[in-house]
Amino acid sequence: MTTVTTSPSAPVSAALDKTVVVSWKAPIAFAVFTVLAAVLFLAAGSHGEATFKLSQANDVIQLPDVTLSSEVTSWVCVVLMAAITVVSALLVRAKRKVGIWLVVLFAAIFLIGFLTWAAAGSRTPVIPLPGLLAGALSLSVPLIFGSLCGVISERVGVVNIAIEGQLLAGAFTSAVVASAVGNAIMGPALGMIAASISGVLVAFVLAAFSIKYYVDQVIVGVVLNVLVLGLTSFLFSQVLAPNAAVLNSPPRLERLPIPLLSEIPLIGPMFFRQTIIVYLMYIAVAVVYIGLFHTRWGLRLRSVGEHPQAADTVGINVTGTRFWNVSLAGAIAGLGGAFFTLGSVGAFNKEMTAGAGFIALAAVIFGQWDPIKATLAALLFGFASNLQNTLGVIGSPVPSEFMLMLPYLITILAVAGFVGKVRGPAAAGKPYIKS
Amino acid sequence: MSDPQQPAQPEPGAESDAVQGSATDTAPPPAGPSKPGPAAGEPPSRWSIAFREIVTGNAIISVLAVVLALIVGAVMIAFTDERVQEAAVYFFARPGDTFVAIWESVSGAYVAFFQGSIYNFRRPDFISGIRPLTETLTFATPLIAAGLGVGLAFRVGMFNIGGRGQMLIAASAAGWVAFGFDLPWGIHMVVAVLAGMIGAALWAGIAGLLKARTGAHEVIVTIMLNYVALYLVQWMLRTPGLLQAPGSNNPKTPAMKDTAILPDLLGPQFNLHFGFILSIGAVVLVWWILDRSSLGFKFRAVGENPNAARVAGINVKAMYVYAMLISGALVGLAGVSQVLGTVTTGFSSGIDAGIGFDAITVALLGRSTPWGILAAGILFGAFKAGGFSMQAAEGVPIDIVLVVQSLIVLFIAAPPLVRAIFRLPAPGSAPKRQRPIVTKEMEAK
Repeated sequence: MTTVTTSPSAPVSAALDKTVVVSWKAPIAFAVFTVLAAVLFLAAGSHGEATFKLSQANDVIQLPDVTLSSEVTSWVCVVLMAAITVVSALLVRAKRKVGIWLVVLFAAIFLIGFLTWAAAGSRTPVIPLPGLLAGALSLSVPLIFGSLCGVISERVGVVNIAIEGQLLAGAFTSAVVASAVGNAIMGPALGMIAASISGVLVAFVLAAFSIKYYVDQVIVGVVLNVLVLGLTSFLFSQVLAPNAAVLNSPPRLERLPIPLLSEIPLIGPMFFRQTIIVYLMYIAVAVVYIGLFHTRWGLRLRSVGEHPQAADTVGINVTGTRFWNVSLAGAIAGLGGAFFTLGSVGAFNKEMTAGAGFIALAAVIFGQWDPIKATLAALLFGFASNLQNTLGVIGSPVPSEFMLMLPYLITILAVAGFVGKVRGPAAAGKPYIKS
Repeated sequence: MSDPQQPAQPEPGAESDAVQGSATDTAPPPAGPSKPGPAAGEPPSRWSIAFREIVTGNAIISVLAVVLALIVGAVMIAFTDERVQEAAVYFFARPGDTFVAIWESVSGAYVAFFQGSIYNFRRPDFISGIRPLTETLTFATPLIAAGLGVGLAFRVGMFNIGGRGQMLIAASAAGWVAFGFDLPWGIHMVVAVLAGMIGAALWAGIAGLLKARTGAHEVIVTIMLNYVALYLVQWMLRTPGLLQAPGSNNPKTPAMKDTAILPDLLGPQFNLHFGFILSIGAVVLVWWILDRSSLGFKFRAVGENPNAARVAGINVKAMYVYAMLISGALVGLAGVSQVLGTVTTGFSSGIDAGIGFDAITVALLGRSTPWGILAAGILFGAFKAGGFSMQAAEGVPIDIVLVVQSLIVLFIAAPPLVRAIFRLPAPGSAPKRQRPIVTKEMEAK
């Protein structure tokens, strides 16, 4: 798929020292999706109209509803997608890169076409866009915290399969502590702190076993997930369920709309009418990104994950760096777990994380071990699962299971190398034994 | 992600065990930088040598890990018991009450555990008294089969976390054949079993193929395939004409036809079915593959060091694919024995019952050797059977079994920790000589 050729248009002297690597992956992927869309929208086309609600009833700035005809939109979308495919093919032939903006544009057009098609075929052809987006963000919050945890611990060289366990531990502890404190403000605050601590405790076990005793990190992670699941379920049945009023009725976090920003149509309710955990998440993403790539801490962390021996040679304490950064990652994941109880559902329940830790792991890989990209991947996965909810509510004919499958399929394609190049930190998963 | 590496860190000397095919026989001689010479100048007695060999071996670590995990389980039971909490309120006035309450709650739970898993001595006759043991073996059947699959992949240096997905695919394929076709007795059963095993083998083979072709890490691929399989099976279960029972709205299949159901081994009053024999057969087969066939030799060579194996002319990539195919087929046998033996009245998407993950702990506890997995599978089968009886009799939630199992694996994976807790000497250390607890067990790659 990848062809290495010298640029023919360049002068001969320049051609000798300049090679351009072009990949046909993007045009091929575009073509596949265009054909898919053509079959879906046109052959199995639905007739009728789809209405997109752009504002909620209580918004200050009201946008009118947009109504699209299914047939017209389908044709327009397919034609536009075909055009983008041709453009990308021409770009690749001219030895130029296919920009990320083209991919985003293509995805947006595909999504509009898909939503119109799915909504027009359903019982109530109305898609509440603000609700869809806000719900997508709130489903993404634990995924984003989990993927930040995964990025940090894998970048420092410890594979963290235990994200699921850390989220679950955070959810459990925050529910118990917030309920026990009871106060509407102090309760959630202490609950979040307790959730972080419990995430750190799980991380301590992971770090101790994998760094001190050189146990395989994947094994410790898998076993820790089972251990936390067993512990929380046991304590839930034995202690929480009989005393639900005292120990499992945490006060939920209040939504804190940010003035002005929350009134922006469409984006405002999604990003700025959220709880404190979501705002903490924005801060965490920014801090982790800047920390990893623009501070001494991040440089040391990454060097330990890429080449521990070299890091040791220049005087970095490999064991200590790994231990404390894995613990820090655990604190972040634990905070994400608090969102399950304090931020969304309220009470703790058995197995309430339901695989979110593994989707977060998928986001880490799909996001190429980069905090920003991993966050975007987590948002995509959250959007896919909320789209499935919304389509289920409006009675769309698309089987919801296939939407739920999507993140996992994308991840498999990503690790198999079909979607971009995936390469993790070189020393992740390998214990460092100082000789 | 990383290169394939040896998942469990074997103790020095575990390999000699592994080749003999038994993890629990005599303790291996201390290996490593051994200093057999006496510290004080006089030769140690034969008894002290024998004692040291026992306390530094693998078997003692496994036993102590189980003991340690059971102690933790007892602490959890005691602390969450209401009688104990009531007595603890006036602990300083009458401390004896608290201890009595602790003793009653813990012993009650573990007695119920024993009666549910091995022998119920409250029953009048032997036939009904021994019933718990057959329940244990029934629970052990899928654990052994799936544990063998995971363990075989371990030996090739691969980590098959996809047991759940493979079991679901196997159950669907076997179930589809078992309720959808009319075949004579015997042939129907064989076809259903084979369909399930082949389905699971192909599902696992995806991970092997992707690893061989593109280098995709099998841990990630198998985890993701678990969820893909779960949603696929859920969709099939609620779609009429695929797996859903006709005329029903529940996501559940119709009952299996009698011609496909695995026969009872000990008559209708016991649940033990022919799947147990299949699992024992699988143990022998895997032992033969790993220890007697040239394929197994190649598997182990790849697991030990893929680079050296490649230099020796072994097709490493093909080995990855073959290993995942066989591993998937074995895990598939677990799924098949669930739908054709244990739950024959139709199944839903929870048919895997966590066995796919339990299998990992079984394989680790059995140190990836066939006979070790047999023993570990029976032990964990006993945990399951006893856990249910404990829940019914004493109200202790079955989830405690998960805690005990995972603690066992954690302790076994870190022998230095167990030695430190019980103050056992490290292997290869001379008596009464201070050595660092962490012995050099594995080289960084």
